[in-house]
Amino acid sequence: MSSAAETLELDMVNGDEAGVQQYLTFILNGEEYGVDILRVQEIKGWDTVTPIPNTPCYIKGVINLRGAVVPIVDLRERFGLDNIEYGATTVVIVLKVISGDSDRTVGIVVDAVSDVHNVGEEEMKPSPDFGNSIDTNFISGLATVNEKMVIIIDIDRLLNESSDF
Amino acid sequence: MTIDMQQFHQTFFEESFEGLNDMERELLNFEAGNGDSDAINTIFRAAHSIKGGSATFGFSEVAEFTHRMETLLDEIRDGKRDMTSQAANLLLKSVDELRAMLTAMSDHEDIDTAEVLHLQQQFDLLLQGDEPSQAGDKGVDVSADVEQESAAGTGWKITFSPHPHMLGTGNEPLRMFRELGSLGELTVSVDHSKLPSFDELIAEECYLAWTLSVVGDIPLVSVEDVFDWVTDDCDLTITALSDDSVVREDGHEETHDSTTDEKLALVGNPAEEKRSGGERRSPLERRKPSSAEASSIRVSTEKIDELVNMVGELVITQSMLNQMNEEERAEGDDEKFKDGLAQLARNTRELQESVMRIRMLPISFTFNRFPRMVHDLSIKLNKKIELKTSGEQTELDKTVMEKIGDPLVHLVRNSLDHGIELPEVRLKAGKPETGVVHINAYHKGGNIIIEITDDGAGLRKDKILKKAIEQGLVGKDEVMSEEKIHDLIFHPGFSTADVVSDVSGRGVGMDVVRRNIKDLGGAIEVTSKEGVGSTFSIRLPLTLAILDGQLVRVGSETYIIPLISIVESLQARPEALSSVAGRAEVYKLRDEYLSIVRLHEIFGLEPKHTNLCDGLLVVVEGEGRNVGLFVDDLLGQQQVVIKSLETNYKRVEGVSGATILGDGTVALILDVSGLIDFSRHGSMSAVA
Repeated sequence: MSSAAETLELDMVNGDEAGVQQYLTFILNGEEYGVDILRVQEIKGWDTVTPIPNTPCYIKGVINLRGAVVPIVDLRERFGLDNIEYGATTVVIVLKVISGDSDRTVGIVVDAVSDVHNVGEEEMKPSPDFGNSIDTNFISGLATVNEKMVIIIDIDRLLNESSDF
Repeated sequence: MTIDMQQFHQTFFEESFEGLNDMERELLNFEAGNGDSDAINTIFRAAHSIKGGSATFGFSEVAEFTHRMETLLDEIRDGKRDMTSQAANLLLKSVDELRAMLTAMSDHEDIDTAEVLHLQQQFDLLLQGDEPSQAGDKGVDVSADVEQESAAGTGWKITFSPHPHMLGTGNEPLRMFRELGSLGELTVSVDHSKLPSFDELIAEECYLAWTLSVVGDIPLVSVEDVFDWVTDDCDLTITALSDDSVVREDGHEETHDSTTDEKLALVGNPAEEKRSGGERRSPLERRKPSSAEASSIRVSTEKIDELVNMVGELVITQSMLNQMNEEERAEGDDEKFKDGLAQLARNTRELQESVMRIRMLPISFTFNRFPRMVHDLSIKLNKKIELKTSGEQTELDKTVMEKIGDPLVHLVRNSLDHGIELPEVRLKAGKPETGVVHINAYHKGGNIIIEITDDGAGLRKDKILKKAIEQGLVGKDEVMSEEKIHDLIFHPGFSTADVVSDVSGRGVGMDVVRRNIKDLGGAIEVTSKEGVGSTFSIRLPLTLAILDGQLVRVGSETYIIPLISIVESLQARPEALSSVAGRAEVYKLRDEYLSIVRLHEIFGLEPKHTNLCDGLLVVVEGEGRNVGLFVDDLLGQQQVVIKSLETNYKRVEGVSGATILGDGTVALILDVSGLIDFSRHGSMSAVA
């Protein structure tokens, strides 16, 4: 355990090197995704949400985050996957999204949070073109961490495109 | 120690703009024939401050320009010149130019030096015109800096008697003498004849007077500069050592025969400038719209003290509750807790009201720009117009005031352009030649009402109707009430003006005005009588951030309806219900038919009651129409703090914002007009 902790510390120390970025990874439907850790504002459990009328179904509604009204997006529904019951491990990652010249706060519902990884530029590979079957604008690239594939997401593209926001 | 002066620039600009406003106000008074010596002093002081401040910050063009104004004002102040309308006009133009210069500088842009030059020349002409003394024989280039070739003799003799309070202005004689000493060889002798005995001595007052002589080839202006800050607070005479004629006394510029020309009346060639007046854009129009960031606000210290007191009481109440919590709970203690909490509620409410009052400013700040505008426009339009204002002390929120400025300007311009008739027309109609535009503001209910009344031609029903038919807004034979016809002017692109002038007539204005007012949570109405006049009435909430709301339950969700939109709430009676074309439901309320909007359908919720008679109908008013909203239940009424949905999400139709309820959950605030529009266009379907 201690060596893992040491590795984590080392990772964090080395994280500031040029070209190496830190990503928070989470699990969604068995796949592992990563977001730039600097965009992660906080991680909280799932709580009741106030629904908003006339919104796409993946916008679950809004919550009160210390006085601010923050919309919550269900990533599963956004990706067109099947719904699952929200359980004890269901987690909301609150992110800072930059659109235009202003910042917004948006929360995404994921199955579970995984880990923090350092990914260097060399380790990021561009995502292959899936043609029209999957819309992959928001994928910055694919990274291999501990022999697993992590899909690195560009959160601005994901939550800004189309007329959602 | 270098102080970064940049941080003070902002304050300097703000204060200068205020000073310019004061100057303009007093100058306009003069034009109306109401000036007096107090006014002159106000104008002079304002110019003087701006000059001093700009010199301190190195804004030399502004300082130079203001120096000329100051010179003219000084003459007037000393009674050597009257405030003629020519002088007043020139000063007004310079105020505009100064505004433009300061705005340019605060936006880090270039100043229009051509305009500055032109005005400077005009000043010189004016000053030179009645100038008894001979201009110095050295011709200085007009565009040169304010330097004078001084052939002052070998120095100056100065008698300096500060007024007793001069020390209180922060001016230290010793420092001034040191500065003099840096100009040349200085000898000082003190006159302490006015010193009282020690027990009568007030330490902050100055009882000494000095006679100084400074020897050297020193221009007069350098000596004057040393005493620049105290000219009003002392008796000062400066005599050239070469001859005995008094050069300067108490700030009076007397004639003298020295070769020094201390006036800035430079010998320019009057014939040089022949500017075609029409080319110059008026500085007013050139002025860019002020940046949207509201920087600061002046608050009276009373309000601050009130606030401090209330926070103090809040702290006391909080520690009292804390203490109660920590002590052992005994039987009767619940009462004490309840009392403590009631006290806390009182404190919080008072604190809230107090804080809101801080953001309130009297509406006179907005009204201040109108005298100038009416003055200029009435000249331009060749009409005689008098502006009356009342209720200037009515207070409203700073943000609301900033946003209502432009709509008000538009409405006043409309009154001037379309409302008030030309003098001949008025005389023929039996009205007095001078038209009156009256702007009035007062509180009513939880709102502020602003009325703009003119005694002009009123709205021409037939013209409006004709134009509306032309534009296809109204059917040819449609019968419309007078109100509805008047309402047509708020349509986008609607204008009955025959000629589009640059003042108005393009038809872009009124709908923008109405929309802006609606965005502020207010409403605008017009009443008018042909031939008599019109009144535009604007209703605005006192503050933007807080709303009185009625909580309603629909299904499992709670929504908030703004109290201001609610007409009444009732339980539907079956006999009054009916349907139209099998789909739209209507309810007969007294003599009106209301269409019913089922909120649970719009929001896609499972309602508790589906039968209209089991739930409640809330009659709301929006866009001139009444509609009945069907809800399950009415919960309480409370003041809610409006949180914007657009900050993190986007605008949703039918919802004007969100708020956080006492239990921490978010409740949506309904936008009544949006809902009404919605229901007319069919129910919204949730996007799957």
